[in-house]
Formats: sequence, structure tokens, C-alpha cells
Amino acid sequence: MPQIHVRNLSRTFRVAERDPGAWGAVKGLFRRRYRTVRALNAVSFDIAEGELVGYIGPNGAGKSTTVKILSGILVPTSGECRVLGLVPWQQRTQLVRQLGVVFGQRTQLWWDLPVIESFDLLRRIYRVPQPAYHTMRDRMVDLLDLAPLLDTPVRQLSLGQRMRCDLAAALLHQPRILYLDEPTIGLDAVSKLAVRAFVQELVREQGVTVILTTHDMDDIEALCQRVVLINRGQILIDGTLDDLRHQVQATRRVIVELAQPGLTVEDADATVVSQTDSRVELAYDPQRVAAADLVARLCARYPVRDLTIENEPIERVVARLYSQEGRAAAGGAP
Amino acid sequence: MIATAQAYAAAWGARFRASLQYRAAALAGMATQLFWGLMRIMVLAAFYRSTTAPQPMSVEQMVGYVWLGQALLMMQPWYIDREILEEVASGQVAYQLLRPLDLHAHWVCRDMANRASAVLLRAVPLCIVAGIFFGLEAPPSVGAAAAFLLTTLLALVVASTLAAVVAVTTMWTISSLGVRQMVGTVAMMFSGVVVPLAFFPAWSQPIVANLPFALMMDVPGRFYTGALPLAALPLELARGAVWILVLTLLGRGLLARAQRRLVIQGG
Amino acid sequence: MRDTLALIGHYYRASIRGQMQYKASLLLLTLAHLLATGIDLLGLAVLFAHFGQLRGWTLAEVAIFYGITNAAFSLADAVGTGFDRFGTLVKSGRFDRLLLRPRSTALQLAAQELTLRRSGRLLQALVALVAGTVWLGLRWTPLKLALGATAVMGAACVFVGLLVVQATLAFWTTESLEVMNTMTYGGVQAMQYPVTIYDGWFRKVFTYMVPLALTCYYPVLAILERADPLGGPPWLGWLSPLVGPLSCAGALLLWRLGERHYASTGS
Repeated sequence: MPQIHVRNLSRTFRVAERDPGAWGAVKGLFRRRYRTVRALNAVSFDIAEGELVGYIGPNGAGKSTTVKILSGILVPTSGECRVLGLVPWQQRTQLVRQLGVVFGQRTQLWWDLPVIESFDLLRRIYRVPQPAYHTMRDRMVDLLDLAPLLDTPVRQLSLGQRMRCDLAAALLHQPRILYLDEPTIGLDAVSKLAVRAFVQELVREQGVTVILTTHDMDDIEALCQRVVLINRGQILIDGTLDDLRHQVQATRRVIVELAQPGLTVEDADATVVSQTDSRVELAYDPQRVAAADLVARLCARYPVRDLTIENEPIERVVARLYSQEGRAAAGGAP
Repeated sequence: MIATAQAYAAAWGARFRASLQYRAAALAGMATQLFWGLMRIMVLAAFYRSTTAPQPMSVEQMVGYVWLGQALLMMQPWYIDREILEEVASGQVAYQLLRPLDLHAHWVCRDMANRASAVLLRAVPLCIVAGIFFGLEAPPSVGAAAAFLLTTLLALVVASTLAAVVAVTTMWTISSLGVRQMVGTVAMMFSGVVVPLAFFPAWSQPIVANLPFALMMDVPGRFYTGALPLAALPLELARGAVWILVLTLLGRGLLARAQRRLVIQGG
Repeated sequence: MRDTLALIGHYYRASIRGQMQYKASLLLLTLAHLLATGIDLLGLAVLFAHFGQLRGWTLAEVAIFYGITNAAFSLADAVGTGFDRFGTLVKSGRFDRLLLRPRSTALQLAAQELTLRRSGRLLQALVALVAGTVWLGLRWTPLKLALGATAVMGAACVFVGLLVVQATLAFWTTESLEVMNTMTYGGVQAMQYPVTIYDGWFRKVFTYMVPLALTCYYPVLAILERADPLGGPPWLGWLSPLVGPLSCAGALLLWRLGERHYASTGS
């Protein structure tokens, strides 16, 4: 049995509607109209222990609805779901003991208290025995470099510092599953790298299962072998980043630095995307031509001084997937 | 001038629509006030039944007075425009003070508009219900009704100028909540909401009658119920004028001090 | 159970430390709260000075009723801040964080803060109790102390239950919470006086629906060694330790229902 098992999960919401204007307001006093929103539509996936899965999708796609159901906060309209063998909304207290959640935009630490006291409060809330707590806390402090922050009230911390503390706080009770919701949002480059390194270490050393929800594609690229893409309540892709690229027929880029400016560069298997002085960017389909062949041809024909090969930015891949789905939904050709 | 009036009318309209939206809250607010009024009346009625001595207000007048106290509750300085308070708390007021804008007049006008709409929105339905079910009677004469309306208008201006003073003082205090609570408490007591002023000890009557708080509820309430004769109107209007002047000067003076301080400190 | 109490203690210690960081503000706010709640006591004194007595009850006796009721509410109020703020917690989505912890959410809310400034109400309640004791020449025998303590504890439980119910409404609507104030603040106001002064329907509401009469009126009756004008048996004064926790438990059941509703409809 996989650690997280989701089958045909659906969730609809009723949203109140009101006519605009003053007359609408008065009408609203007497009768309310509702419309149904399908937040999740027969979502299915399995996650094994120790996996690091990226859960991506545009805003309103159903990501947070999924995570809420998996944590037992929300009851689905229909479908099956088991986390660690438990039904989340029926055995919530039992489940959350083994769950850690970090929200990027909201801290769970107490605003006016020093960090260390927040940790201590959490120890008591989760009933962590002292020795285990001390070990875990010291490890977290070490890994995330929190020693100079421990006596600072949370309200005085920078965003990056707070995020590191929130990460530590979420793990003090040694949860088996960790949900990270936008953990690197608003962080500076150094903090982002620290967070990523930490998450990788966590999965590798401790075998914690991590579900990462984020809009930051660098996070996804750096961390996730497996990516689940959801849009309008339905899972579009469940696979690797390469699967995503394959789906949109993503192109690769060759960026060539010529020794001489002003040359016209052409190739049968590649299209020129841009050209400025001695810098030429070409796009090619990796399914149709091997990089080695293309590079060899270009170097033979032109005075190439330097050369880089890039994947299509994953952001663009994902955006194309979103709009592809949109066009399909609207009835157009993909 | 017309533009300002239009702006206030639009704001009033939006506020009206917004309050209709919170239908349950509107009904709940009224239900709460009905409860409070009834309880106060019950307690006072019990006191009335405990003695045969003649009272400064008849039972009917007492009932009307209590209901008016509830209807005019938004006149209390406790209700200050949240935006104004936030501007002070956030320091945004500093920018406004450095602009060629008459901030005091701006605040007073804004407060009057908000307060007037708040009072009307609550008072009208409350008085209708209290009138039908709970013993609120109409004023005994047209003169009394007119005196009531005049002094209510007066109450509005007094309340707004007082609120402006309180708003300015929040610039200096550690906690605006504490100051507002204290002023609000004093105002509640001396405007007759807690105990009708008519029952205050004789030695305190001259003091209480000359405080601005009496103008905010007690005076309109007594004119409405006929507990105050029409002959008393000029005196009350004069008192009102004096207090409006004093509070306006106080408010402007304090604000000017704040402005000077800002300029000296380098804005 | 012990570790739950230890957790609450820890929460409160942290809360107190947090509030002590702003000592000056705390002092001001406590004073403001003392004044705001104390005007009811002042109003009481004014009314008795004017009327002399209230349906056979003296000021000294009513002061005891007043003190017990206010002491109880101040305790409930001090631990109820979490529930007061629950409406905003739900709207902002921060309630989810409480659900993600392996503890009762009601417990987390009750433990959230021990609002020190609300001790202002307790202080004026003590003033009332002392004054009443002195004027009556009341001797607090161990039996009467027990009655008083159980009355306060029981009434506090009922008040906490009311605060919980008020917060529970926020699961269904964030709009009409104000109505519940009639039960909480209205309840305090009502129980300041012996319930005999009220009309029958009002007494019934506060005996059967919200059992405050059982926790505030009958115990004090026994303390004052007065027979019940309504003809109730004296052992009613000892029901408080039963009534309080029971009504609180009932409120918590309602809370659970609210939680379930929240999970089914989503925020």
C-alpha cells in the first residue's frame, strides 16, 4: 500500500452569488443564489514513502484543496483517500501527529516569542519526549544555521530567517510526511539555496516524504524527480520533467557565440530565434536531431567561439501546458 | 463644494449598500440593541416600583429616553472612523499634515458623514420597532419634535468635534485604545446612557448639565420625551455652540502643535 | 490530563510574558477597562442614592450579586480572547493551522491568551464585594466562602460556554456574532441584580436557557442568608459546580459540530 493513496477524489464548492448594484443588495436580503465550483475532479495518484513530488498548477487549480483533504481539514465530496493507512478527515488527530506543514506566506511560530520558545511550545503540543526533541532540535539548528536566531522574537526575523525556523518547527516532531506550500516565495537567492539543500538532505537522509507546492520552477527543477501537474481540478501530467517537456514538444536551445559578427546562421534542423551581433540563438527539436550532430555541423560551418545548450525554460513549458489545456477545453486544436 | 457633497453622497450610498449586504449583522445589531434597551427599562421600572415618591421623569418618558439612548448610540465618541485612527497609527497622518490640506475640517466632515449615516441606519428601524412593540411614544408636540431634531443635529457636531480631539490625542498616547475607552466611558456615563441624568444627585446636576456629553444624548432625549420644556432650547443651543467652539479650537490647536513638531523633527 | 494542564500553563506564561513587554500600555488599558466596567457599579450607586431601595434589596446586598457576577465574567473573559478573535481566524484561513495540530482546537483557542488587562473588571468586582461585605457586616464563614467560590467558578464556566457558542457561530456565518453579546455581556448586566426584579420570561431565559441564575443568584442568596422571594429551595445554591461544567460541556459539543461543518464546506 503506498503511503499516500488517492483515487477519484472529487470536491465541489457552493459559492454564493449576488447581483450587482443596490437592487441586487436588497434582493440579497431575501434570497441567495449559489453556483457550484468543481475544485477537484476525479483526481488519482499514489505517492510512495520517501518520494519528493512537485505539485504544480496555476492558481485555483486545486492544489491547496488537495493538500487540505490529505491533511484531514477538508472532507471530499466523493472518492477515496488514505494517508499512512488512515482516512484523513476521519482520523485527523492521529494523522497530523505524523504530518508537518509549512506555509510559505504564513508562519506557525508565535509572533512575540523567541524562536526557541515557539519550538518548546510545539514540543508540548506534539508531546515529543525530551530526548528526541533535543536531538531533533539540535540537528535542525545545525542544518539550518539557526543558532544566532534562537533568542530572537519571530517578528524581528527576516523572511528567509523565518522560513528556516518554520522548516525546523515543522520537523521537530519527526513527521513522516511534509507538505511544503510555496516555501521559497519572497526569499533571497542564498536562502532559497539553503532551503533546497535542506529539503534534499531531508528526503535523502531521513526518508521523509515531501509534497512541494510551488510556482517557482527553479525549485521544481532542482528538487523534483516527479511532477504532478493539475489544472481546473484535473491531473494533466504525472511524471518526470522530461515527460512534461515531451508533452509540449519542448524545444532545446543552442546559443552560439561567433568569432565574427554579422554572419547569417542557418541549419536545416534548427530555427533561428534571435541574433544580436555575434550571438545567435537557435531552437531545435531534440526528437528530430541529436545535439551532437547539430553542434558538429554548426562548428564545421561557422567560426564558433563558444556554445551553450539549454532546455526550454520549464516555466514556458508549464505555461504552454496550461494554455494547451485551456485551448482543448475551449474546443480548439492543441 | 458640490464635488465634495457628491463624493460624500456616493460614499454614503456605498456604505448603505454594504450594510444591506450584511443582512444578518444588521438584524443582529438591532436585536442586540433591543435587548439592551429592554433590560435597562426593566431595571429602571423595578426601581420605579420600589418607591411612591414622584420622579423627575414619568415612566413613559423614561421608556422613551432609554430607547432614544439606544437609537443615538452611534453619537458616542467611542465610535470613531477607523480610517482616521489607522492613519494616525500608521503615521500616514504625517504626510497629510505636511500637505496644504485643512486636516481638522476634513476629519470633522468625514466623521459627521459617517456618524450621521451610522445613526440613521440604526435609529430608524430601531425606533419603528420600539414604537410598535416596546412603548416608544411620539414626541408630545411638534415643538418638541423640532427641538429634538435641532439638538440631534447639534449632538452630531459636538460628537464629531470631540471625536476629532480624541483622534488627535491618539498621536501622543501609547495606546489609542486606552484613551478612546476612557473617553468613551466618561461620555457614556455623562450622556445618560448608563443612568438617565435626571437621577443623578442634585449637587451634580449643574455640573453634568454643562458638560458636552449631556448634549450628545440626554438633551435630545429629554426634548423628544417632553422632559425638557421648549423654553430650555435656547440655553441648550447656546451650550452646544460654546462646546463646539471649544472643541474645535482644542482640536485645531492640538493638530497645529503636532504639525509644528513634525516640521521641527524634519517631517 | 496533567500534560494538558501543563500545556495551558505554558501557553499562559508565554502570553503573560508577551504582554509584559508593553507594561505602560498594559497599565493604561487595565485602568481603562476598570473604568469601563466600573461605571455599572457607579450607576448602581447613583440609582440607589436616588431611589433608596430596589424591590426590597439594599445597595449592599446588590453589591454582592454584582461582585460575584463580575468576578466570574472577568475570569471567563480573560481566557476567552481566542474565541473572541475566532471570527477573523476563520476568515483569514489561519484556523487551518490549529486543525493541523494533534490537539483540540477549543483547547488551543482557550489557551491562546490570558488577557491581563481584563483584570480591570475583576478589580472593580472586588471593590463591590468588599464594600458590600463592610456595609452588611457580612461574615464570610468557610461555608460561605465555598458557596462564593463555587458560584464564581460555576458562573465562569457558563460564561466560557457562552463565549464558545458565540465563536461557534462563526463556523456558519461571520456576520451575526453580535447577537450573542446579549447573552454574554447582557448576562453579566442582568445578573448584577437579583433576578427577582425581572419579569417572568426574562428570568426563565436566564434560568433554563442560559443557567446563569443558578450560578449567580441562588448561591448569593444563600450567602446573604435570605429566603428566596420566588420560593425556591435553599439547596439550589449548591448546584453551581454541576451546572457550570455541564453547560460548558454542552457548548463544546456544539463546537465539535461546527468543526465538522467547517470540514464539509471548506473555508
